[in-house]
Amino acid sequence: MSTDSRTAIFAAIRANRPNIQPPLPDVPLFDTDAPADLVPSFVTMLEKMGGSVLEAKNSDPVAALRAAITDKGIIATCVPELHGDPSLQIRTIRPDMTPTSLADVEIGVVRAAFGVAETGSVCLTDDELIVNTAGFLPQHLIVLLDPKQIVANLHHAYNRPEMRDHNYAVFQTGPSATADIEGVLIHGAQGVRSLRVLFCPATAQ
Amino acid sequence: MTEQRKPETPAGRTSEGAPASLTHGAGASITMPARGPEPQPRGAVIRGNHPIDQAEAAKRFMAAPDHLAMHDQRLWDLRQKRDRQKDQIEEWEDLRQLASDIKTHTLTHLDTYLEMFEKNAKANGVHVHWAKDAADHNAIVLDILRSKNATRLIKSKSMLTEECGFREYAAEHGIEVVETDLGERIQQLDDEAPSHVVVPAVHKLRTDVAAVFAKTMGTDPNDSDVIHLAAHQRNHTRPLILSADAGMTGCNYAVAETGSVVVCTNEGNADLSANTTGLHIVSAGIEKIIPRLEDAAVFVRMLSRSALGSPITQYTSHFRGPRKGGEMHIIFVDNGRTDRLGLEKFWTSLKCIRCGACMNTCPVFRRSGGLSYGATYAGPIGLIIDPTFNRHKYSTLPFSSTMNGSCTNVCPVKINIHEQIAGWRQVLAENHEIPAFKKSMMKAAGMLLASPRLYRASLPLADSALRHLPRFIVYNRMNTWTRGREMPHVPKETFHQWYKKNRGRNGKKS
Repeated sequence: MSTDSRTAIFAAIRANRPNIQPPLPDVPLFDTDAPADLVPSFVTMLEKMGGSVLEAKNSDPVAALRAAITDKGIIATCVPELHGDPSLQIRTIRPDMTPTSLADVEIGVVRAAFGVAETGSVCLTDDELIVNTAGFLPQHLIVLLDPKQIVANLHHAYNRPEMRDHNYAVFQTGPSATADIEGVLIHGAQGVRSLRVLFCPATAQ
Repeated sequence: MTEQRKPETPAGRTSEGAPASLTHGAGASITMPARGPEPQPRGAVIRGNHPIDQAEAAKRFMAAPDHLAMHDQRLWDLRQKRDRQKDQIEEWEDLRQLASDIKTHTLTHLDTYLEMFEKNAKANGVHVHWAKDAADHNAIVLDILRSKNATRLIKSKSMLTEECGFREYAAEHGIEVVETDLGERIQQLDDEAPSHVVVPAVHKLRTDVAAVFAKTMGTDPNDSDVIHLAAHQRNHTRPLILSADAGMTGCNYAVAETGSVVVCTNEGNADLSANTTGLHIVSAGIEKIIPRLEDAAVFVRMLSRSALGSPITQYTSHFRGPRKGGEMHIIFVDNGRTDRLGLEKFWTSLKCIRCGACMNTCPVFRRSGGLSYGATYAGPIGLIIDPTFNRHKYSTLPFSSTMNGSCTNVCPVKINIHEQIAGWRQVLAENHEIPAFKKSMMKAAGMLLASPRLYRASLPLADSALRHLPRFIVYNRMNTWTRGREMPHVPKETFHQWYKKNRGRNGKKS
């Protein structure tokens, strides 16, 4: 029984734990060397982790996004920058969709809450994804990121309100990968095969 | 079965090394030559409660040169990648100390933080369960699955479920378990335990994997192209994932202040397992608790750097509550952990974050393979955890170490692993759990080492003997040290002889 086990476990902890009272240390932010512009370090790390940047020509990210998804099969979008359009095989992700209904999607388009320069990670949350599987069931992912929303390192990342406010939040760093056979790196283990970040300021909603 | 072709896709495509785009993350940073086919050496022979003969299994591993060379090279590369990562982090040693101190504080206040987690998780709509042992854990999971009429469970990697023998239990009770991590799936299909906490199939050559997939998925046994093998698994597993009824993950950190669970994977399979079905079950050891989100930053910064020499896992996932319309359960498991907490010399082993750095650096592990230990936890950390599960069966394991201390040096939470190995040797000797031969040798050594005069007198004799004795006397069956390794060169004089000659009585250079 779970309640009996609970009682037994807590009794055993109280009987056995070492009788010392060491303090819980403060964790510094370790950000004294962080550069003022975090975008270049973010890009360097993103590329080192197997991701890439979707370049926007003429500073028009939405045009770059449209070009990247045209004639690429089924597209699923969670972002207001790209509207659903059945004639172009673009689906808008809605909360009432089942998680597995995204299994046939070729490219998912999502927005990150923020990025992390130290690791090249993007933070995706359940609010941005609408259906959580939008982050990993599509074959490929395009992630919109506001360049102003990049934090220096993971200490700053864990200070963000998103980490307390969401039932699901993931730091995704490049595509899904495995090196479980002789260290040979493969992109697209079970999650997305590629991840591209498109710098695009958030539009007022 | 037809003869396998020589493998065609070595990790590196050029003689200079693997292309830059394929050396990030968990990938090898060096060119590994094509190896195999060669029959795969299997793990330790398990004979009920008899002490595991790790040396016997290690000998068979070393008799398979291709497996030995690949395993050693792959793991040493991971160790070197780890070094390169930590050299880029100026505060690395501060992080290690912080991680160790956070764990010390948490483990000595474990009840407080478990209660805090329980309260917050319940407020988030998570069901919290408690299991005192493996049987308890397995029964609770089965109960949850049956309440939802679930029969197919997709699962990401968890050492705890290995420890609980969950997969076998589930199969006996009509639950189909599908491991979604590539390495773990290979091991499941081959009906073999994982050999390493981070890279479960690291002891297998690609030709071994091709043979397993041919037998279980009907693929071409002669095609050992790694890209093809990984694609087979993705294509074979994906429909099983999409039609599963429930998902299960392990837990790297359980954050008390938010009641959330952090899971780190490279494949994204924890996210799949947690979010694809309507039911997410988390198995967590009670020692996985950490107080605050800011503590998670310390551990996440070090985990993948220590494990794989990668700055972070491709996915670091945070589950604070069920997804919309779903259900989330967490099972906190004791299974011997509270006993370990009471062991004065060994309780800090509970700080372990399962990064595997101690395995990658260990010369014994690299040359014998994780399965030679015949226990859930292999390598240096296994040597100090396994005897807490069964002092008799795992009584020989603490002797599978050269005591070089490298494990302690790389441990991100600063567990004094090699000192605890020595500590276990002492405990086991006191409890008469060591073989008679080893005991008589140690008694003789003890007498010699206890007397400085006897020890110094014996050294020149022994050195001289080693220089002049025929090889077959030094490398004999009684000298287990020379099995599988060469003796170091013998110095012409001892340090004391040199010191006396060069520094004289007053210690000054003559």
